[in-house]
Amino acid sequence: MTAPTVRVRGPRRLDLSGVGYNAAALALAIGVAVVIGGLAVELSGHSALHAYNLMVQYAACNTAGSGGDPCTADSVIDIINRAIPYYLSALAVAIGFRMALFNIGVEGQYRLAAVITAIAGVEIHLPAVFQIPLLLLIAMAVGAVWAGIAGILKVTRGVSEVISTIMLNYIAYGLIAFILSSYLSGNTSNNLSSATPNLPAASQMPGMNRIFHDLGLLAPHDPDQISGFLVVIAIIGTAFYFIVERSRFGFDLRASGINPWAAQAGGVSSRKMILITMLISGALAGLVGLPYLLGQGYNYSSEFPANLGFNGIAVALLGRNKPIGIAFAALLWGFLERSAQILDLNNIPQEIYVLMQGSIVLAVVVAYEIVRRAKVRRAEREVAREVPEALGGAVEVTA
Amino acid sequence: MSTTLEAPVAEPLRRQGIRSLGGRQWLLVSLAVLVLLSLVRATTGATDLTSDGTIEAALSLSVPLLLAGLGGLFAERVGVVNIGLEGMMILGTWFGAYGGWQWGPWRGVLFGILGGALGGLLHAIVTVTFGVDHIISGVSINLLGAGLARYLSGVIFTGHSGGGATQSPPGKGAISTFDVPLLSGGWGSPDVLGSLEKHHWFLVSDVAGVLRGLTAGVSWLTLIAIALVPATYLFFWRTKLGLRMRSVGESPLAAESLGVPVYAMKYIGVIISGALAGLAGAFLVIVGANYYQEGQTGGRGFIGLAAMIFGNWRPGGLAAGAALFGYADGLQLRQKSAVHGLLLFVALLVALMAVRALVRRQRVQAAVCIVVAVAFALWFSLSSVVPPGIVGFTPHITTLLVLALASQRLRPPAADGVPYRKGGAG
Repeated sequence: MTAPTVRVRGPRRLDLSGVGYNAAALALAIGVAVVIGGLAVELSGHSALHAYNLMVQYAACNTAGSGGDPCTADSVIDIINRAIPYYLSALAVAIGFRMALFNIGVEGQYRLAAVITAIAGVEIHLPAVFQIPLLLLIAMAVGAVWAGIAGILKVTRGVSEVISTIMLNYIAYGLIAFILSSYLSGNTSNNLSSATPNLPAASQMPGMNRIFHDLGLLAPHDPDQISGFLVVIAIIGTAFYFIVERSRFGFDLRASGINPWAAQAGGVSSRKMILITMLISGALAGLVGLPYLLGQGYNYSSEFPANLGFNGIAVALLGRNKPIGIAFAALLWGFLERSAQILDLNNIPQEIYVLMQGSIVLAVVVAYEIVRRAKVRRAEREVAREVPEALGGAVEVTA
Repeated sequence: MSTTLEAPVAEPLRRQGIRSLGGRQWLLVSLAVLVLLSLVRATTGATDLTSDGTIEAALSLSVPLLLAGLGGLFAERVGVVNIGLEGMMILGTWFGAYGGWQWGPWRGVLFGILGGALGGLLHAIVTVTFGVDHIISGVSINLLGAGLARYLSGVIFTGHSGGGATQSPPGKGAISTFDVPLLSGGWGSPDVLGSLEKHHWFLVSDVAGVLRGLTAGVSWLTLIAIALVPATYLFFWRTKLGLRMRSVGESPLAAESLGVPVYAMKYIGVIISGALAGLAGAFLVIVGANYYQEGQTGGRGFIGLAAMIFGNWRPGGLAAGAALFGYADGLQLRQKSAVHGLLLFVALLVALMAVRALVRRQRVQAAVCIVVAVAFALWFSLSSVVPPGIVGFTPHITTLLVLALASQRLRPPAADGVPYRKGGAG
């Protein structure tokens, strides 16, 4: 008896058709969000088309509707700067997602890391060349430790990381209040303030406008700086791609996510993978607050940006947990936030951007799920078409 | 044959028995806790540990957690994890405030329930019909709930007196409260408990204080919320519909093969879950503050979830968890120094647990308990105040400890969080 020859299609072809499906899902989701946002604008008594027009113009050109002014790149710079922390927090969430681990604790991890880095940046005095990398390392270490607690609880006690990271978020907020109050009360010069002292110049991340100007991309008079963290995230994004998609470790990681039992049978220690992934996720999360801390605000106070972690979850979902997709999703988030500002000047409630962000995420997860089901059905049909002839109709397909 | 089968089945059942206490045991445990508390009160002079004011504050702080926890219970008992409780609660606060502002408190409660139920419906559509991961859907609903509340406030509340993009105008009137007659001076009767409490007699005044806190100035909405605990128990464990809903959370395949409409059960559970979260939000607005404010829920949806886990997915335990978390909060509001006395209380309590473990010859547990008790006793004697930030996260650290130490004894519904597609049984 000869073995049946089954022609198996390579994954490449499936992947290509998958791109079409995913693009359709994304377009559908954004379409839904645009419709919902538009409805919200109309319900508040304004024209949706007008509102969207204003938003796009403002983002592209930054002239507040007064016609004659020359375009500036302020909006573009602002969108990029807003996208940077979202990119980092989404990567932190995404690496967990790739192995079916849910780090909801990015929020607490980055804020705790930020407050400790803010204090370290004031207390440590080194030349900038050493100081800034050291601060990055401190922030990553704090984030990793905080996420590591959830990892240890999961591998030793079987505690779901979803619950433990949520709880650790609130414990982090309490700790931050405690650290701030005890640090500031010990610091006599700063008695009445609830903010840490400003970082010295050696701890401040330089902007990148000169480089872009030398490349001919920016006019010299643009006052707002593109954050130097653009370089950092470019490096991290590339590293993320190669580690997750192209390395042995990344293969184990993805395999554990898709089928932990199969991965275990293949010699992957799931405990080790969980712990390492949580540590990496936490280290990335630790960096999320730094673009603001080292590049804009220079201190930690109650004004410190919040919700970057929760939005990171949304951005990661939108970007399908891939570095390139996440970059676009983060830019979309930055665009919505920046361009919504123009609406207030025209008496249109700018809050529609939050509504749009919320509906995009929900629409996109539903759309991706529909696509996934469609792909499964198609794969089943293909198998049904090709295999029964080879196996004599032994395979039943129920789809 | 039968002996080999019985052993593994009986063991977890017996272990479970430890956690599901009977009525008399509950009474004994609460009495022991009271004796300990009054001991600590007498030695440290922290009168607010058992004062009626603390208990009253604790009660009104517990109710939103209780309702959110019940919301979590309804969803998880039908197998749907509801991280979106927080977002549904936000919807409850907004709609509750809107109804309260337009028509009055009871209409506000109704609107809050409807707002939350809307969030629940959305969660059900996304997780049950479309089979999206429950956590992802819940997180999205949290984002969406916050966004919707902010947008609606900006459009509807702005421009009215007291209202703005982050706050609603005050509601019309409030839900009335009552004092229980004969005990706390309702209907013109003498305030027996109140006069007993003033004497600061050991144990007697403490019991009086606790009872008075529970019986004086109680809002009708609080009473309804508390009544929901036994009602939930009766519903899930004594009615046909309740059994069917639980079966869906334990084994949807088996339930479907017996003709239970799995999707319908899940929809009902998750919508009720949202409605309860909405009621929790409405309670915050209408009994707590009389207006809506952005960020009012303050993560209470998550603490409610924590209370549910603490209570091992059961209404009674969940209520105990909510009471515990509410008590820590209420004490901190009333008298910050009293929280310090609580350290001694924890030390004594854990010491008792150590004794119990020693009697049962569980050496490892006893050792752990002794170490913890000594640590708390040292903390108590070496410090004079507990930093406020630390008290704030008592519920969260308790949850982590319970999960870490007792996760083997916790028994969530077997199919909790697993997406299910209709026809899976066929």
